[in-house]
Amino acid sequence: MKYFYYPGCSLEGTAREYNLSTLSLMNALGAELIEIEDWTCCGASAAHSLSELLAWVLPARVLALAEKMNRERKKPLDILVPCSACYLNLKKVSETCRTDTGLLEKINTVLAVEGLFLENRLIVRHLLDVLTRDIDISDIKQNVQKFFTGFSVAPYYGCQCLRPYAVFDDPERPESMEPLIRAAGAAVHPWKMGGRCCGAAHMTTHPETGRALVAAILAGARGSDMIVTVCPMCQMNLEGFQKKIAKTGPGISETTILYLPQFLGMALGLPESAVRTDLNLCITPGFRKKYQPLTAKPLSGAQPSA
Amino acid sequence: MKNTHARQPLKSVRNMVQACIQCGTCTGSCPNAFAMDHTPRQLWQMLLNDRPRDAITSKTFILCSSCYYCTLRCPRGLPLTDAMAALTRLAKTENPGGFKKSQAFFHQFLESVRRHGRVNESELMTLFFMEAKDPVLPFAYANLGIKFLRKNKIRLPFVKQKPSRGLDKIFEKVRELETHS
Repeated sequence: MKYFYYPGCSLEGTAREYNLSTLSLMNALGAELIEIEDWTCCGASAAHSLSELLAWVLPARVLALAEKMNRERKKPLDILVPCSACYLNLKKVSETCRTDTGLLEKINTVLAVEGLFLENRLIVRHLLDVLTRDIDISDIKQNVQKFFTGFSVAPYYGCQCLRPYAVFDDPERPESMEPLIRAAGAAVHPWKMGGRCCGAAHMTTHPETGRALVAAILAGARGSDMIVTVCPMCQMNLEGFQKKIAKTGPGISETTILYLPQFLGMALGLPESAVRTDLNLCITPGFRKKYQPLTAKPLSGAQPSA
Repeated sequence: MKNTHARQPLKSVRNMVQACIQCGTCTGSCPNAFAMDHTPRQLWQMLLNDRPRDAITSKTFILCSSCYYCTLRCPRGLPLTDAMAALTRLAKTENPGGFKKSQAFFHQFLESVRRHGRVNESELMTLFFMEAKDPVLPFAYANLGIKFLRKNKIRLPFVKQKPSRGLDKIFEKVRELETHS
């Protein structure tokens, strides 16, 4: 398994542990990631707020760079993207240009100033898509070193890996993370907040609204041992403001927030230094206490479900 | 701008929602509707009823967090999230001075991308605070910023980083094409 890899800006900064744990996990699963050379920002949610054309061109530039690397290859590689916002921006330009040749032409007029050209041949895939559809779940089950027996994990998908393009999961009732969580020996926390919005950039521009959305998610996770995420913006919103949000109302307690590849990596026996839990902002003492004694075998004879 | 006779740019957004049947599925699906002054359905109604001034000064579209629930569920299949973004773009010229904080954030974000090719998060926030001209604003993020610095997740703003490549040429070409269209 080989993929082109687009980490995106957050994964170089505030979400470094998402990048490093993704690399460690994919390596452990036998997948090779080839970083797109000279990649630049996908435009995030800022570009489409100021310039429509720029919002098309910025992700198109990344796709064109990957295609350039692909020209020397016999078989086309898919582009793996861990950040949901980057994923959607890249996916959107790729899907739209399939039918809108006028747009593709216009994009290429701009890319020409850098000597780039987009044919639009490669497929953009979210990390969760690759983990659930390319990786054999039995490969994970058989290699689990630390069974998270007795843990309840709340899968949080967020929005943009699910909608508007329903590629690998149900955009209304997502469940793709559940087999992965069970394979690690944990139980899936029953909740309905998995596909709800964390407010994205509201935490910066409309903090009161953002805090209300995050409060509802954290309240929904009550009773679980952790929330796992697949997006740097979701992760930052959920872990970065918990103390402030707890003050807004009852029912919210400190909650451990891990990136999915950190959780799966730990289950597969990767050391915490490889999945970089030292960089997380919220790992509770309660979680630490429960995680410490995990052994190579399921505790008290309990078999991992599924 | 008078409330009647939508100008050309707003007409293009109106066209996006022309087939709206006012069922309100968008409003019922919107996670941010509780904070809006008008619901998404009401916003489309303003556009359809040729009340562009009401639409462009509404806080509805600036509170869209691009969750795509409305787009997914719209029974007419309308690109509602895209229409929200189109209004945000138009607000820059049609409602100058409105939504200062959001506009400042988007502006500094893209400036960072133009200068470095990639976003420098600490520089973005520093310049955003300066452009937003709200002296209290930085304190809300001070704690988080310090945590990030301690964990070496962000660099101090304006400290020269590893060689970065700007995107001036691309930005210039986009501007050239957009002013001529």
